[in-house]
Amino acid sequence: MYRVFGKPDKWKMYFRQLLLEMETLGLSSLGIVIIISIFMGAIMVIQIKLDMDSPLLPIYTVGLATRDVLLLEFSSTIMCLILAGKVGSNIASEIGTMRITEQIDALEIMGVNSANFLILPKVSAFIIMMPMLVIISMAMGMIGGYSVALFSGIVTVTEFEIGLQFAFVPYHVFYSIFKSLVFAFIISSVASFYGYNVKGGALDVGKASTNAVVNSSILILLSNIVITNFMLA
Amino acid sequence: MIELIDVHKSFDGTEILKGISAKFESGKTSLIIGQSGSGKTVLMKSLIGLHRVDQGQIIYDGRNMPDMSFKQLRALRREMGMLFQGSALFDFMTVLENVMYPLEMFSNMTAIEIEKRARFCLGRVDLVERSYSLHPSEISGGMQKRVAIARAIALNPKYLFCDEPNSGLDPVSSLVIDRLIKEITEEFNMTTIINTHDMNSVMEIGDNIVFIKKGYMKWQGSNKQLFNSGSEDLDEFVFASNLFKAVKDAHEKHGASI
Repeated sequence: MYRVFGKPDKWKMYFRQLLLEMETLGLSSLGIVIIISIFMGAIMVIQIKLDMDSPLLPIYTVGLATRDVLLLEFSSTIMCLILAGKVGSNIASEIGTMRITEQIDALEIMGVNSANFLILPKVSAFIIMMPMLVIISMAMGMIGGYSVALFSGIVTVTEFEIGLQFAFVPYHVFYSIFKSLVFAFIISSVASFYGYNVKGGALDVGKASTNAVVNSSILILLSNIVITNFMLA
Repeated sequence: MIELIDVHKSFDGTEILKGISAKFESGKTSLIIGQSGSGKTVLMKSLIGLHRVDQGQIIYDGRNMPDMSFKQLRALRREMGMLFQGSALFDFMTVLENVMYPLEMFSNMTAIEIEKRARFCLGRVDLVERSYSLHPSEISGGMQKRVAIARAIALNPKYLFCDEPNSGLDPVSSLVIDRLIKEITEEFNMTTIINTHDMNSVMEIGDNIVFIKKGYMKWQGSNKQLFNSGSEDLDEFVFASNLFKAVKDAHEKHGASI
């Protein structure tokens, strides 16, 4: 732990790696975040409308429920579970392959703190990029819902917009972003741990990758309960 | 100079190195030879500090490695260059970036000086300029070894370690790599230690040979003394090859020494 989060050997190299990782882990995840969020937002509107098809409930409830589901759970927790699969396996397999092909030994022989050089930029890059991904996911989910309202007409655009703005609590956005920061740390550090400690061959890299995804997903769900209890209960 | 004194190393109660003592002088290529499973790789990893030895001394020009703190060990490692069996080049960097990397990490050179030095090292190992922008996966095994040598010598190391440098190479490329290592060793007056079981390398560049068997150091000498070592264990290893056996028989038949 001390080796990972200690002072980098050379700040210039750290920032170069950080930018590289922000692109690899963050920007490259943008596509999947946008696609999933748009479709989930669209589907949410259809299903919520189906479940709330009661004359006692105002139509704008569809927009309100879509917004709250996106803000409170989907864009942070569900999106992070999806990213645990994409980014977690990427990190674990990349570091694991470096381990079995002796690239980490090569770094150690050069006198480089390999744990710090490889893991710290990944963890910090993912923590920096995650709020951006979460905010984009929220926006895209709402755009997806809006599109359904616009093109299918199951709710009117005006009603949907009223629902999106009704009883909005800005604290929910903060709560969602805070959760995502914790989840980003869990995903990147758990995956790095499994990747860095791989022993054996290609098969073990695969196992490490699977373990990283499974364990980080479980930790995300557990920490979600704890954080929600502290921040919302 | 590197000196090993009574080095022991065990894993899970099984002793792999059983009191190895040897000397490796600077400006000479020293080869550690022995059968697979004899403890060569463990000895190499102990030498570079990837394994902590259980007992004994590994003295680098008067500095005993097992007594060093983690910080001191890292400082010592900056005086080392290592050529790994699989080259161990960084996949995410180009050939030029691989060689520039140790310079960027540990030198105070400017960016221009770093690139100039990296290009010099790559030129020294006869790599053509058009390969500089390629990634390791885009070049041949022989070229990867050359890049790894260039990276290893980038910081002017005092000690160069090579783990089976010829593995996976054809005989011609092996010879080129062997000669390159020897030339560089003499040119930069490095202490070079090579882990191998390639008898061609032994005959080509073996200034100093350490033969180990089942964790024991059985013989130490030069390649000129190899055929008349008087060691049964070494003869068994060296003359396992029909070619070497035939050469020895022919010379004995004609009464000439080898």
